[in-house]
This record gives sequence, C-alpha cells and structure tokens, in this order.
Amino acid sequence: MEFEKIYHKYDVIIVGSGLAGERAALAAASSNLKTAVITKVYPTRSHSGGAQGGISAAIGNVDAEDNLETHMWDTVKGSDFLGDQDAIELFVEESIKTIYEYEHMGVPFSRLPNGKIAQRAFGGHTYRRACYSADKTGHVLLHTLYEQCVKHQVSFYNEFLVLSLMITDGQASGVVAWDLRNGGFHIFRTKAVLFATGGYGRAYKVTSNALSNTGDGLATVLEAGLPVEDLEFVQFHPTGYYRQGILVTEGARGEGGHLLNGEGERFMKKYAPEKMELGPRDLVARSIWTEILEGRGINGKDYVHIDLTHLGAEKIMERLPQIRDLAISFVGVDPIKAPIPIQPTAHYSMGGIPTNKRGEVVIDAQNSVMPGFYAAGEAACVSIHGANRLGTNSLQEASTFGRIAGNNMTEFARKTDFLPVDEEAVKRAEEKVKRLFENDGKTHHYHYKKELQETMYNKVWIFRNDKDLKEALSTVSSLEEDFLKNVRIDDKGLLFNLDMQEALEVHNLLTFSKIIIAGALNRKESRGAHFRTDFPKRDDKNWTKHTLAWRTPDGKTKFDYKPVVITKYQPTERKY
Amino acid sequence: MKKRFEIFRYNPETDKKPYFKSYEVEVYEGMTLLDALNYIRWEIDGTLTYRRSCRSAICGSCAMKINGRTYLACKTQVIKDIKSDHIKVEPLPGYEIIKDLVVDMDNFFDKLKRTKPYHITHKAPPEKERLQSPEDFKFINEAADCILCGACVSACPSSWAGKDYLGPAALLKAYKFCADTRDEGADERLAIVNDKNGVWRCHYTANCMDACPKDIKITDYIARLRNMLVQNKL
Repeated sequence: MEFEKIYHKYDVIIVGSGLAGERAALAAASSNLKTAVITKVYPTRSHSGGAQGGISAAIGNVDAEDNLETHMWDTVKGSDFLGDQDAIELFVEESIKTIYEYEHMGVPFSRLPNGKIAQRAFGGHTYRRACYSADKTGHVLLHTLYEQCVKHQVSFYNEFLVLSLMITDGQASGVVAWDLRNGGFHIFRTKAVLFATGGYGRAYKVTSNALSNTGDGLATVLEAGLPVEDLEFVQFHPTGYYRQGILVTEGARGEGGHLLNGEGERFMKKYAPEKMELGPRDLVARSIWTEILEGRGINGKDYVHIDLTHLGAEKIMERLPQIRDLAISFVGVDPIKAPIPIQPTAHYSMGGIPTNKRGEVVIDAQNSVMPGFYAAGEAACVSIHGANRLGTNSLQEASTFGRIAGNNMTEFARKTDFLPVDEEAVKRAEEKVKRLFENDGKTHHYHYKKELQETMYNKVWIFRNDKDLKEALSTVSSLEEDFLKNVRIDDKGLLFNLDMQEALEVHNLLTFSKIIIAGALNRKESRGAHFRTDFPKRDDKNWTKHTLAWRTPDGKTKFDYKPVVITKYQPTERKY
Repeated sequence: MKKRFEIFRYNPETDKKPYFKSYEVEVYEGMTLLDALNYIRWEIDGTLTYRRSCRSAICGSCAMKINGRTYLACKTQVIKDIKSDHIKVEPLPGYEIIKDLVVDMDNFFDKLKRTKPYHITHKAPPEKERLQSPEDFKFINEAADCILCGACVSACPSSWAGKDYLGPAALLKAYKFCADTRDEGADERLAIVNDKNGVWRCHYTANCMDACPKDIKITDYIARLRNMLVQNKL
C-alpha cells in the first residue's frame, strides 16, 4: 500500500499546541521566523486548558513577604530533593516575568480589590502565590497564547500526528507526520524542532488526563534512539471525581476545602499535622489511599470526600464555578450542599525528554546536547519537579521554559541550515502505518490499552513493590510483542481514521510504559511520588540521581544515571 | 439497563449517502454520552468516528446534536440527562460533514480570525501588571469561559441563513476584547463588527445561549457590542 508524501520546510517546527508549544511558537514567530505548530487537536483543545487552579510566581500581591528564595526552597523540598537546583533557581526568577508578560498579552486574571492579580494558596507553597482566573486558569492562558499566535501568523497543522523524529548527521532535522483528516504522510524539514507533546496519564485506568494524553513525544524520542529521564515519577493527584478521575482543582483545598474519610474525620491531621490538606500532592494522595486501603473510605469503598459546604455559596460561585458545574454534571452532587466523592487520579509526568535549562535536549549522563532539538513543558524533564511537582508549577514551567526554549531555538535556527531528509525516520513512520493497514491481526488495539491501563493501575500505582512491578513488566512486555503481531484496526480508510490514530497511540503507550515500570523496579527507595512499600525510606546515598533510559533496537531497556544538581540546599528530612 | 443509540454515519470514501446505525449499550449511572460512544468504538465498531479529548467540558471537541439538542457529549449523562431509552446522535448541524460525527471547523476558526481576536495596546507596558478592578474583570470573565465548541453557531438561525455572518462565537470574542478595560483596539474591532454580516445580523433569538454548554449569555454580549457602537457614534 502506497501513501502520498508531501514535503514542507519551516525555520522551526513545534510539536504540540499546549502552553509550552504555543509559547515557543510565539517566540519564534515574533522574531519573524517561518514557524509551524503540528498538533493532534485544534490548538485551543490542548490539555493545558484543563489546568484549573493557578500559575505560580512569587509576585507577593497577597503575601508581601513572599520571595524567590522561598519559592525555590518550596520547589526543591516539594521535589524531594531530586529537582535540579540550578534550573529551579532560573525557573523562579523567570516566572515573575512570565506572569507580567501574560498580563500584558491580555490574560484575564482574577483581581484583588486594589486591582492587582489575585493569588491563592496551593499545596506545598509557603505563601499564597498561585495567580488565577477563577478555576479556569489553564484555559485562559491557552486561549490567550492562541490569540497571540494568530496575531503573529503562526502556521498550524491541526489534526496531524507526528510519527517519527528526523535526525541527520547527529542533528535534529525535522519530523514525519500523518495527516489525520485526509490521510498521507507529511515530511517537515526544519532547522530546529521542539517537542511539547505533553504527558501520558492515559497509561492508567484512572486519570485526570484527556484522551489525547498518550505520551507520543516520549515514544517518538525513544524510537529515535534517544533517552528519557525519570519516568518512574508519576504524579497522582489527590482529588479526581470518583470513577471518571477528572480533576477537582487543588484550588478547592486552597480555598479551604476539607478532606473527610468514611468516619467524617479530617484525616490529614494524622499525616501532615501542620499543612493538613495543603500538604504536597504525593503525601496527600498516599494519605487518601491509605485511608481507603485501611477500610476508611466512604462506606468502606474506594473513595473519600472533599467538603466545600462550609465555604458558602458565594465563595464557591465566585472562585470555583466550574468545579460546581462539573460536580453536578458528573457525580450529581452540588458542592454548595454536599461533599464531593473523590479518589486519587494519575495526573502528571515529572519525567520526560531530558533537557538542560536552555531547553536543549540532552542525550547522555554527561548532558551532551543534540543540536537543533528542544523540548519543553510536561513532555520535558529539566528537572524542576524532581520526584514530585507542586501544584501551579506546571503551567509556570510550560510557559517559562516554552519561552526560553523558543528563544534559544530561534537563535539556533538563524545560524543553521536545512539538512537532508532522514530516510530512516521516514521508513519508521511508514512501517508503523503499514503494519496497521496490512496486518491481518485478530485483536483490536483497545484490548491492549485496556490491559495496560488495568496493569498500571493495579501494579504501578501509588504504592509499589518488587513483586507487582516484576509482574507488570512481564505483562506489558508480552502485550507489546503481541501488539506488533496481532493488532487489528477496523477502519482501513484514509479519511479521519480515528481507529488508526488510537492504535498508533496505544503503540506509543506500550513503548514507554515498560520504562516507567523498569525504572520503578530499579529505584529501590521511596522518594516523592515513587513509593516502594519494600523500600519505604529515601536513600540519599545511592539514589540522589536521575534515571536515564534508552530503548535498544531489540526492544530492551538500557539504563544510566546522572547526578542531581545541588547548589544551595542539601537533602534533609521532608516534613509538612 | 440498556439504551438504543441511533448514530449518524457517513464515510464519503465508501458511503453513497448518510445513514443511521443502531447500537444497543448497557448503560450505568454516571455514564456520559462520550463514555457510550467510546464503548461502541472500543467494543463493538471501531469505525465510528468523532472528536473528543478532555472529557471535562473544557476543550470543546465533542459538541454534537443529541436527541435534537446541541450539547457536549462529555457533559451529557445518558441516564440522568436523557430520559428516553432511544438516543439519536448527529453531527453538529450547520457545518460540512467530514465523516460520521466529525464536522469541518475551519470556517468557524476563520471567522474568529476576522475580528482581530487578540489584545491590542499602543502604550508600552509597565514593568508589572496593569491594574484592573474586580468589577471590571467581571465584564470579561464570563465571555472568557468560551471553549470554541461551535454549538452556538450551529444553533443560530442567522448563521444558517447567512454563510458570511460572523456568528455568535466570533462576536463574543470581539466583545471580550472590546469590554476589557486594558484593551485599546475597540475602535478597530467595532468597525469590523459594524456590518450587515456583523452584529446587525443577530436577531436575538437567543438560541445560542440555549445551546451554550458553558451557559454564557452570548446574546446579551452581542447587544452590548451594539450599544458600544451606538455610543461610539453619539
């Protein structure tokens, strides 16, 4: 079967249209580079829009004593001392500029009576530093960046799926994509490419993530022979709506919401006596799961309550209107009158494509740069978040490093030239598609996804152990092998083939999930979101280091490790 | 409990004309229409095609016609919100159909682009944020809820009749900027919407408000745009 191939040339190519991607695109386009964004969806549909509660910056509008030093310390401590401190220092400094820049672009922020940007409390942050727009912060940031991209004439390739990364003579030279709407391959040659492909919550059965969050960028990078970093660190958000796993913003606790178990007890007093509900996410999620495992869920079931009733109708309507609307729609509960049933939900990937603090992708433990290749946002691992991300630091990271990486790729693209097409990458993309069209397989791709998601939920969840992880690794390895031989798609047409798109996404999920599991199996300690019941303590001596993992040509996983950058704060015990 | 889903199907590659296909699905408390569509795609018929992403009424991908009414599939519960045992699902009316429930949104986004849909200022920005009172923020807050799902345009009789009409979503966006105390582009934008295919084409049927999954009072905002025009002239 032969497919059409269409060739393009752009100064810079950005893959992904969330905050990181659009911010980088804006940097390049406003410097008059010919800029294209390739996205699986329409740009305003990216999952950055799902972020609700806020974006961090120590601008001190509410708590005047807030400062960069404290934001840095909170982030380092939140990361359980796995975050790279040089990058975190840059991040907190630049985050202030990012907020004012957003305001100047016209972002509608909620305001204080004195007209300044409003800020609210969030878990793990010492001061109220989450700048917000009611409970739709990510949505307004995403739409504002899209508006700016329209203004600066960024070219968007909507509903295109990137299948492979082109590397020519050791330098990133473009991507090969599939046009979902019409079918056919598009080969984009470029001087610099940035991956802002987001996270992979879809590896789990219960997740806050969109159906689109399938970690495509990570799989693409692994297939190109490049490493990923710290994938074993998966953030479980404490509060997803029961069953659907959709997000209830941490802002609900920031505004004063209480967590209650089946006995009506505010159980966080046992786990974080000082911070209570505003402990960091790893700790709060573990606390909820412990209550559930010990039979203190609501009616002994697998959920607890978040109670907002004492906040009153006016505050809920003003600060958390979307949460109320969704609670009524999804769980049939009006939070003004009754508590909302919630459970922890797979939420965020702390790990990702390794980059330095300039947003350049690095490819080994010595931090060697791959020229022309950049990554930012959730898809990247700078690493700001280390083993656990603080709420509101992700919108900030995506925006700030989107800008930094965008500026640096602009500079790089100006002084470099187009390279020849990487035919190997074209072949890889073709093979993936042809396998699906030509395979006479028996098993629909959904069955692989379902089994993967169940396995990750049952064995690679909040509490992990050697036995479960080994079983999970064996299950997922067999799934991957079987997928390649026996996968089936029902739709063999060219036009808007969602069936094929989902099969390609399942393939991606299988490709990197093995690395999450193998990384978790190797890391014999508990740190941040990675908790091993058989190694319940943090092991600073052996494990204050980042995991790097490669996929070898025969599908095996190869590991290496690189040191954490520690500048100001030596690891200490982490208490809340 | 089982419900019957009658779903609009049309693949121009293979079908001469559109038809409805029927699927029976075991439904449960809390199941959304999107869950039901996913179930059909994943367990019964992988060829069924639609757009979807966030599942939480914020990305705007899954607007469609459900038993005659436009709504988001992800925000519609098949037991609580639909009393009938028979659920008819069709693509968003008023758009060209690409395949099954997927419609062409390009024209919708192109219209948006015609209204200068971005913040315009001529002054150099201050070092920090510009001030805006909470009351002034309220003027733009609700309009900023728009998720560009296209349901409003689909429900609007003026949009059915006039292909060049900017339509409710683009006008709402124009309002959001014109009403923003920080923006200085109102005159440029008002000149664009002051047209027979702009605000004057709205007949206040308010179908758009009824269709809006975010409950935005779109017609009111179009009226405010008209007021701005009238006041500008006085």
